[in-house]
Amino acid sequence: MMVVAALRVVTTNNVVHAALWLVAVLAGASGQYILLAAEFVAITQVLVYIGAVMVLFLFGTMLTRARIGFDSDLNNSYKRLGIPVAVVMMGAMGLALIRSFGDEKLPVSDNIVSTQRVSDQIFGPYLLPFWALSFVLLAAIIGAIVLARKD
Amino acid sequence: MFVNQFLFLAAVLFCIGVYGVVARKNAVLMLMSTELILNSVNINLLAFAMRNGSTDGHTFALYIIAVAAAEVGVGLGLVLLVYRNKKSISVDELSEMRG
Repeated sequence: MMVVAALRVVTTNNVVHAALWLVAVLAGASGQYILLAAEFVAITQVLVYIGAVMVLFLFGTMLTRARIGFDSDLNNSYKRLGIPVAVVMMGAMGLALIRSFGDEKLPVSDNIVSTQRVSDQIFGPYLLPFWALSFVLLAAIIGAIVLARKD
Repeated sequence: MFVNQFLFLAAVLFCIGVYGVVARKNAVLMLMSTELILNSVNINLLAFAMRNGSTDGHTFALYIIAVAAAEVGVGLGLVLLVYRNKKSISVDELSEMRG
């Protein structure tokens, strides 16, 4: 289902429809995170991606396209080239995955990774990347304001 | 649950995202394809975190989500600027830097 939605994101001819299919993909990814016992990441995914990033995308669409709706001029001339590139890449990755992991199973564990453990990681050994990330976000905010300001 | 079921899903999403970046002309749609790629990487990180029983992958996944949010903010600011100057966001028409 996620794969179908992702294919619709890259093949639909309507920008708003592409954004809404992307919501389906992101929600599916959130479900996968819960399957992988990562509840905090799943909740963050819903809040940040589906909440904030999609609103940004829809704003961007509406501010840049005068015409919302069907538009046949969304693909460039490399469209034919993209299909073999993606298929070859998929074949290579699939072969590598089958050879490396075969039918190895995930360990069955009933302990969900708690938010406390994640925060101990972030504010413990990974504190320096966290600071760097804070500066990245600050620079992004300032950069977006400077770019979008009318002067 | 197999390890490969998650890794294959991530690989498929990655390839679809690469196809989207190659084939799309609209800058906003290219950003959406980039989001697909980043999400596939997140699925991979969390699958390996569960396989190895560690929490490092969760931390990296959270950092990737934050960086992706910053990237979308700056990217859409750039797209708005380009649209204001050229009345179009087709990346094929951005050819001023061609030598």
